[in-house]
Amino acid sequence: MADDPLLELTNLSVKFPTDDGIVHAVDNVSYSLAEGETLGIVGESGSGKSVTSLAILGLLPKRAQITGSVRFRGRELLTLSDKEMQPLRGKNIAMIFQDALTSLNPVFRVGDQIAESITAHRTLGKDQLSERVIDLLELVGIPNPKERANQYPHEFSGGMRQRAMIAMSIANEPDVLIADEPTTALDVTIQAQVLEVMDRVKDRTSSAIVLITHDLGVIAGVADRVLVMYAGRPVEIGTADEIFYKPRHPYAEGLLASLPRLDRRSGGERLHRIKGQPPSLVLLPPGCAFNPRCPHAKHNICDGPRPELVSIGRGEHKSACLRVNEIYADEMAVS
Amino acid sequence: MLKFVLRRILFSIPILIISSLLVFWGIRLAFDPTARYRQSRDAARVIAEKRKEFGLDRPILAQWWSWATKFVRGDWGVSYTTDDHVTSMVSRALGFTMQLIFWGMLISLVVAVFVGVYSAVRQYSFGDVLFTSLSYLGVAMPPFWFALLLIQFTSVWPKTHWDLDRPIFFFVGLHSSGQSGINMDYVRHLVLPVLTLSVQSIAVWSRFQRASMLDVLSADYIRTARAKGLPRRKVILKHGLRNALLPLVSQTAVDSAALFGGLVITEQIFSIPGMGRLFLAALQNGDVNVLLAWMLTGAVFVILFNLIADIVYGLLDPRIRVQ
Amino acid sequence: MTLSDEETAPELIPIDKIEEIIEEMPEADEGDLELVAGAEPVARSQFRLVTRRFFRHKAAVISLFFLTVVLVMCFGASWVAPFPRNKIDLLAEIVGPGRDHLFGVDQLGRDYFTEILYAGQVSLKIGIAVGLISTVIGFAAGAIAGYFGGAIDNALMRFTDLFLLIPGLAILAVALKYFGYKDLTIILVLAGVAWMSVARVVRSQVLSLREKEFVEAARASGASSRRIILRHILPNMLGPIMVNATLGIAAAIIVEATLSFLGFGIQPPKSSWGKMLSDAEGQIGGKSAYLLYFPGLMLLIVVLCVNFIGDGLRDAFDPQAKH
Repeated sequence: MADDPLLELTNLSVKFPTDDGIVHAVDNVSYSLAEGETLGIVGESGSGKSVTSLAILGLLPKRAQITGSVRFRGRELLTLSDKEMQPLRGKNIAMIFQDALTSLNPVFRVGDQIAESITAHRTLGKDQLSERVIDLLELVGIPNPKERANQYPHEFSGGMRQRAMIAMSIANEPDVLIADEPTTALDVTIQAQVLEVMDRVKDRTSSAIVLITHDLGVIAGVADRVLVMYAGRPVEIGTADEIFYKPRHPYAEGLLASLPRLDRRSGGERLHRIKGQPPSLVLLPPGCAFNPRCPHAKHNICDGPRPELVSIGRGEHKSACLRVNEIYADEMAVS
Repeated sequence: MLKFVLRRILFSIPILIISSLLVFWGIRLAFDPTARYRQSRDAARVIAEKRKEFGLDRPILAQWWSWATKFVRGDWGVSYTTDDHVTSMVSRALGFTMQLIFWGMLISLVVAVFVGVYSAVRQYSFGDVLFTSLSYLGVAMPPFWFALLLIQFTSVWPKTHWDLDRPIFFFVGLHSSGQSGINMDYVRHLVLPVLTLSVQSIAVWSRFQRASMLDVLSADYIRTARAKGLPRRKVILKHGLRNALLPLVSQTAVDSAALFGGLVITEQIFSIPGMGRLFLAALQNGDVNVLLAWMLTGAVFVILFNLIADIVYGLLDPRIRVQ
Repeated sequence: MTLSDEETAPELIPIDKIEEIIEEMPEADEGDLELVAGAEPVARSQFRLVTRRFFRHKAAVISLFFLTVVLVMCFGASWVAPFPRNKIDLLAEIVGPGRDHLFGVDQLGRDYFTEILYAGQVSLKIGIAVGLISTVIGFAAGAIAGYFGGAIDNALMRFTDLFLLIPGLAILAVALKYFGYKDLTIILVLAGVAWMSVARVVRSQVLSLREKEFVEAARASGASSRRIILRHILPNMLGPIMVNATLGIAAAIIVEATLSFLGFGIQPPKSSWGKMLSDAEGQIGGKSAYLLYFPGLMLLIVVLCVNFIGDGLRDAFDPQAKH
């Protein structure tokens, strides 16, 4: 159906039974992705960002209890069997993982692993196949692609490995590309290079991208829309501009404020930090998950009902802060 | 590659020399090769003669040296007990032992890998629990007792109770008299000794393989393979197995010494005239020439074994390949 | 935590509750105790933590019970055994297991159950002693070699290399023939061979532990080598030491049994389970085949129990380890 969004998550929840209790890794996440759009998902470790993506592809372990809905072009994915998901994985929806050193098989050549992405979904002649692999390596900016294709992952540098992973994921020009912390394991300088590669890739393949990271700096300038997650729950969602310039949730605010900025005067100013620790996903406090660390927390409001994403103002900007109207009264009056 | 092999062999030589000296010295101290002549007529004179013949009056180092110089030139001497040439004794025995080792290792590896992979993929299933329990039993069971039980229950008891002509499985030697080559008769002779040899190896290696496979299956690159849309079987067998075999290869090299130990028991119980039997007989009689030849042959095999394991490992794991 | 105007103070957890909570957490260790309780880590709690985890392992607990029963019955044979030891009665009727004779009667008319109990004393004594001694020596040698490295380490490695090539059986047979077959000799000789593989494994573990940050930190703060080994490295190895000891005991029991079975271990008139099996070997297929079952069964049960206890210990000390 033409009107269906490319990817639509509705009330997705993932629970893991453990010895210590049930871990609510993802709690009621909803978002939709349109063709060619880039959505950034931001949050600390343990906020459920990766688990959400693994759920989309059906890559979670069997003991995970998944509820809700994930629709790809209108087709429900959560009810599909593993066999039914296989044609979609790597072809319609592809994923780039965080650590390319452990995510690439150490005993096979890089070129072969990229070729495998392709042959998993169609048959190509040997020459055509290697041509395509070399093309892909070139696209992601790996020099001497012909020799490199015959090398093993341990012979690549960190940045090159990540590029190889990117090449592997776009081999079939997927509709949706999920990048799970693609730059986290890399040095800052290499990070920039990899992001640039992803930009190029986006232009070439016009895939929609879900970019997952804990680093707001990575999102800036790349994402169209941003979803902020905390303790497995969505806390704010909106366009990049809205989130960066008009955050409407104390956690999002805190994240932005703790970014070290070169354009502010440093004179004696300490780095802002959000006090406290992320909560255990087994023992979440009642009400808002951010309550214990929130500078604006108010008893009887913030520890009462669970907050849901609620629209603020026009457009798609939503916040899950129960006190959003009070805290941001001034800003909202202006806009 | 050649340099690697040569270096290995070179390093082993001093150890071999010293070990042979130690063993020579130990055996001379503990065993008297003229012991069997004590019962003969005119014992004193015969013993004195033999002592001169064997050079027992000279200092031990000198005795060892004359043995060593002859040994490296291919003269392995003569057995004290059978007067046979040691070289032919050893090569005959080697033939039998090689067969046992070959079948034993083959069966052990194949079964262990299969059981290990199955147990890992179907973790906690009935099959897994069954195999795990069997492994515990296999490890705790004394191999020689297992051999005796096998003979009792699969061979002797069925023969007497079902009034058979001949037992189903044979437990003496590798061929019935008059038979040779690879045929049913051979197989019926092989079953029990090979089982005895492999029971401990299978028990240990299958658990090892299970753990190794479980490790591998939780690795990131397995997740990547699935994310590429590959079918489950391919992910497990192609991406998983190859990585999971690596630790086992190293482990078999380490365990090879234990396998040789198991040989002694197996050959003794099943009357197979291999290296193990040769060793026991020589040990009982203090037959130095045979013992030393045996030890050095064995040492060469252990070194060879480790070498092969290293090469295979390098073949499987490109990160280790000798550049 | 910045607390705003109207908020509730966090609930304070009483100290004894904290200990309980920590005991429930499977990964709690010394470090956690410090963080939460804010006081000196209580060594007693860690001991309790380990024992608690051990008792969660059902197989280990059952094994401990069975093993204790066997130990008591064997070492208390003078009270437990229904008949006096070695009561040969050549005119007695040789019967199988029944009411009068729990395990039947052997070829010399002795009550088999009684003989098994007394033989058990020998098998168990030797096995346990060898296991413990070889573990202690192996760990000490390996730790010293691994920690100090250099010449000491080299010496250890070359020395053990030597004995890798010489078959253990040869060393044992020679040494026993030379030094005699007293129990103590057997124990010392077996331990003298067994400690080497323990030492090698420990050495490599200590080598890697040495590079860990907490050792560097200790060294940086001026701790002496002895202090580092005793207070930092050894406590981390307590678990592996105990596990290794159990494995060593199990292996020693089987080795002694094998040696005695081959005739190189316990000599008559003394007896061990392995020796009893050797005597019973001729009974295969005969009416008294039951003579084969019981000694082997005892060996199997004891080794199985020891292995399970080792598993339980491993889980108790390091629940994160994969097995």
